[in-house]
Amino acid sequence: MTDIGKPNLEIFAETLLNQAKQNKDIIAVTSDSRGSGKLVTFGNELPDQIIEVGIAEQNLVGLSAGLAAGGKIIFAVSPASFLTARSFEQIKNDVSYSDHPVTLVGISAGISYGQLGSTHHSLHDFAALRAINNISIVAPADNFEAAEVIKKAVSYEKPLYIRYGKKPMMNLPRKNSNFEISKASIIREGKDLTLVATGETVQRAYLASLILQDKGIDVEVISMHTIKPFDNEALINSINKTKALISIEEHSVYGGLGECCSSIISQGEFNTKFKIIGIPDEYMINGTQADVLDHYGMSPEKIADTSVALLA
Amino acid sequence: MSNNIKYLEQKSLEYRKTTLEIIYNSGAGHTGGSLSCLDILNVLYNNILGITPENFSSSNRNQYIHSKGHSVEALYTVLCDKGFFSKSDLDTLNNFNSHFIGHPTRKIKGIEHNTGALGHGLSVAVGMAISKKINGSDKFVYALLGDGELSEGSVWEACTSASKYKLDNLVVIIDRNKLQITGKTEDVNPIEPLDKKFESFGFEVNIINGNKIEEILQSLELIPFKKNKPNVIIANTTKGCGVSFIENQVSWHHKVPSEGEYKIAMEELNKRLK
Ligand SMILES: Cc1ncc(C[n+]2csc(CCOP(=O)(O)OP(=O)(O)O)c2C)c(N)n1
Ligand SMILES: [Mg+2]
Repeated sequence: MTDIGKPNLEIFAETLLNQAKQNKDIIAVTSDSRGSGKLVTFGNELPDQIIEVGIAEQNLVGLSAGLAAGGKIIFAVSPASFLTARSFEQIKNDVSYSDHPVTLVGISAGISYGQLGSTHHSLHDFAALRAINNISIVAPADNFEAAEVIKKAVSYEKPLYIRYGKKPMMNLPRKNSNFEISKASIIREGKDLTLVATGETVQRAYLASLILQDKGIDVEVISMHTIKPFDNEALINSINKTKALISIEEHSVYGGLGECCSSIISQGEFNTKFKIIGIPDEYMINGTQADVLDHYGMSPEKIADTSVALLA
Repeated sequence: MSNNIKYLEQKSLEYRKTTLEIIYNSGAGHTGGSLSCLDILNVLYNNILGITPENFSSSNRNQYIHSKGHSVEALYTVLCDKGFFSKSDLDTLNNFNSHFIGHPTRKIKGIEHNTGALGHGLSVAVGMAISKKINGSDKFVYALLGDGELSEGSVWEACTSASKYKLDNLVVIIDRNKLQITGKTEDVNPIEPLDKKFESFGFEVNIINGNKIEEILQSLELIPFKKNKPNVIIANTTKGCGVSFIENQVSWHHKVPSEGEYKIAMEELNKRLK
């Protein structure tokens, strides 16, 4: 039942290497982030397909836009925190506004860096990039999604941001073995409650659904891997058949998955009970990723408790 | 050799032991970069800065910014020795709900500015130095930067302001250990000729061995090097300095010693302690 896979970050690197071996136009761009991005093998095997800029994330993104303009297929790889904060204006102007199809790979995202603290966390990336026109945002849940999104990214004609964590992830069941950017993955179907999650929190939602199943609650679990463009239809279909919705994300409660759902629910006048679980707007407690997620209500047990309370 | 220098050299050995101990016990840390800058922090906090727990809340004192924030274990070690917090507080490093985390934050007494994202510290230091000028203060602002960190463009933006505002009260120290995460700085993104770069940005440059107490002290005692010019000390250091198998090894950037490695390292340091 608990089929533990690899870290999604490793899957990213393996998939990119395989793709790049077949396509000489693929170039990885790094900012002293080759090791953290698991691209050491890539660099050794394909030294002509990697560009290193040093610790200079703004330069990384601007230069990537230029490479993409020159017809290359660009994967710019840097810690999600610095990539989406330090280089925000390069993402906005040089990539998105100028419409250069760079794939920005945010590594060790969310609170993957644990005790390294707030400078290294990206709890803002969904919110920040959602407000930028012409960039898609994806957070793969498991190894399958982590690999598929890279294959899609190679021929994706728009700016794209992909967010990766670094902990080994469970291989999740899924209803449909197709992967499309912008089409949610239904992990399991249910009729009582919808748990919608994204990235590394999908596994926690799934584990919560197993606890709830033992309590006789039939849970639908959705991996909303694409935060933008959002799969409104998948969410609406689900809340039309269940009685309540909980969103779970490794991101600020402001501007992320929860508020995507909230906007759909309120503007569509759906009548569902709803709760957002994420990182609250406070000085974040210090700890490992797992401890911090547990602390903020994202352990499978706490998600199950919140579900029972919401349905009551 | 003066008694003071001998005293500081012994302190450096003790500091190295504490730094390794807290990294080993907490299971995380930036070993290489902490060991490379420890001698600089030693001289700063024991002979130059005059920052104490008592005067820390005063607005008219020297200030120090640890821009290469990942080397926080070295800073914790020295601040602990100077009485800013107890060793038992420091021993909570990396524990759940501890304020002692892997980068400096102002939740810890003695820490001037939150760092960890490289390339921020110098602009903040420039602001502090301008503020001192406006307030008519004769105190100084010191900032320690990594050499890999110098690839961040913001560092050089800050340099232009430093020279425009003639900040002879600003002291930039470069921990020039010639390594970063991926490898050698000159392979990853070359920054030489570094002295000429700083000179052309209007700085007065002093090049020293940043692991030699005597040279660090001499250089810092000469500040300000020249009226109206910002100061930079290019401190040539050895990453991992003091423990032979850690020295100059790119893999030790944020590696934590195993039990066996920890024992060998401590023995090596103990042998040199008098
Ligand atoms: C803006 C930013 N980008 C990337 C990092 C990740 N990082 C932490 S330490 C480091 C290497 C630093 O090298 P250097 O400045 O030479 O420090 P030292 O050798 O003294 O450890 C990198 C890339 C960071 N902390 N901040
Ligand atoms: Mg260095």
